[in-house]
Amino acid sequence: MNLKALSYKLRQDTVDLIRAGKAGHIGGDMSVMDILVELYFSQMNIGPANMDSPDRDLFVMSKGHSVEAYYSVLAEKGFFSKEQLHAEFSKFGSRFIGHPNNKLPGIEMNSGSLGHGLPVCVGMAKAGKMDNRNYRVYTVMGDGELAEGSVWEGAMAASHYKLDNLCAVVDRNRLQISGGTEEVMAHDDLHERFKSFGWNVIDVADGNEIDQLHAAFEEAENVKGKPSVLIANTVKGKGSSVMENKANWHHKVPTDEEYTQIMKDLRTREEALS
Amino acid sequence: MGKIANKQMICEVLMEAAKEDKSIVALCSDSRGSGSFTPFGDTYPEQFVETGIAEQNLVSISAGLAKCGKKAYAVSPACFLSTRSYEQCKVDVAYSNTNVKLIGISGGISYGALGMSHHSAQDIAAMSAVPNMRVYLPSDHIQTKKLTEELLKDEKPAYIRVGRNAVDPVYDSYEAEGKEIPFTLDKAMIPVEGTTEEHTADAVVIACGEMVKPAKDAAELLEKEGIYVTVIDMYCVKPFDKETVIKECGPVKAVVTVEEHAPFGGMGSMAAQVVGEFCPKKIVNMALPDAPVITGTSKEVFDYYGLNAEGIAKKVKESIL
Repeated sequence: MNLKALSYKLRQDTVDLIRAGKAGHIGGDMSVMDILVELYFSQMNIGPANMDSPDRDLFVMSKGHSVEAYYSVLAEKGFFSKEQLHAEFSKFGSRFIGHPNNKLPGIEMNSGSLGHGLPVCVGMAKAGKMDNRNYRVYTVMGDGELAEGSVWEGAMAASHYKLDNLCAVVDRNRLQISGGTEEVMAHDDLHERFKSFGWNVIDVADGNEIDQLHAAFEEAENVKGKPSVLIANTVKGKGSSVMENKANWHHKVPTDEEYTQIMKDLRTREEALS
Repeated sequence: MGKIANKQMICEVLMEAAKEDKSIVALCSDSRGSGSFTPFGDTYPEQFVETGIAEQNLVSISAGLAKCGKKAYAVSPACFLSTRSYEQCKVDVAYSNTNVKLIGISGGISYGALGMSHHSAQDIAAMSAVPNMRVYLPSDHIQTKKLTEELLKDEKPAYIRVGRNAVDPVYDSYEAEGKEIPFTLDKAMIPVEGTTEEHTADAVVIACGEMVKPAKDAAELLEKEGIYVTVIDMYCVKPFDKETVIKECGPVKAVVTVEEHAPFGGMGSMAAQVVGEFCPKKIVNMALPDAPVITGTSKEVFDYYGLNAEGIAKKVKESIL
């Protein structure tokens, strides 16, 4: 499967979904897409067929607001239909709400409040160690999310319990709702911070490049005795100059004119990669 | 059997069950000593997780373990569990529907002179307001044993608040006779029947947790004066057993509620809602004040605020005048 092209196809699905639901955290959806595609279509042993297996890999979308990208990936994976998703997302009475909801197939945990995913994954990874299971546990966090103290409680316990079956990803797009992460609450020494917490830290120079992500996840899987974190340097709004690196595209529904341009840009990239 | 702290009884039940059930996991936040869980950690180190002083982590890790098939018991002082990790209880436990039993130890004003930071006079209100969270305040070690055994059988979230100290049992007569208490999960118990073949009840006292024993004692004091009281042990604060309340409160003159909690949003508020809707009559809530609690031991504090047998008896008499 051509995951590079798939990422841009699913970005188009995501933009359509946001238009259909008239809401969505579009900037983070675009930055995180390649990470999700690599995880769901290359790294993780997860699919509709094995969701009840105690040996499945586990994923928690800690940056729950990027749910439109997550839903689009789960639909592509076959957990539910794209048609149903687009018809019901954010509508009255829908299960497809604006943050991950584990009443939907494919979703392990509810999220939305930031700083929960990593500590929950510590519990999942610890259970795997207790039961001698070989599954791996993954979570994706936003970079703005790292200001939550609970992230660091989880980080502390993950290394204490030597959870090498746990791999976290930071979607380091350097923007949050109020502006640049370094202006809002600086943490450019992220590598050192995780390292000082006892983690194996892998910098991914371009976190929107599938090949680089693939190599980083493979490296993480081979590190024993400590958890790994990928600091994936991404671009918020990745895929169209209309929204790339613009903080005001954190939560936004494109206008008709913007939509036309964005879809044209995404299609062009998809075709170039096909 | 004498007096055993409820927290110790929870540990004993879990240790007995853990002999067979390897999915039981106890978690503590540097609280294994105060929670009486040191024996569990020593006996079953593979089924014990220490999180350090990190209550948010305690609850989220419990949820993650539960998602992977563990029966997680998060044991931590009620004051921290119900406030510091409130959001984790709401999102990771209740909302995500994970099989985590939150054991709030040293609840209410158990920590006495340690002050307001260590009191949990808000936990009933806070936890009850979260959808899919059940709230239990067992009254003595005999009931705690049954409650813990029953909760082991289900896979739903619950918050269980127990006190710090061993308290006088409510149901020791059953124990003395070697009988099981008549316990059905989520049905309130009635340790004192005010209505018998000889007389009918004048009032109902609804109590929970450590307040059930003084309520029972108050009923005995009042009986000597010819006033008959039915005592409801509402250990199941949520789901609140409104059927028992309606049945018992319907025929009486007045209802008094007693709880080791702030005056708002607690068990008394729930009782007032039920009585107001289904059998309107005078209902008086006895609780801690909406203020920092005076310094002292549990007994000194309860005596000061009238949360003892004499105070409850006095309130009952006033309410039926």
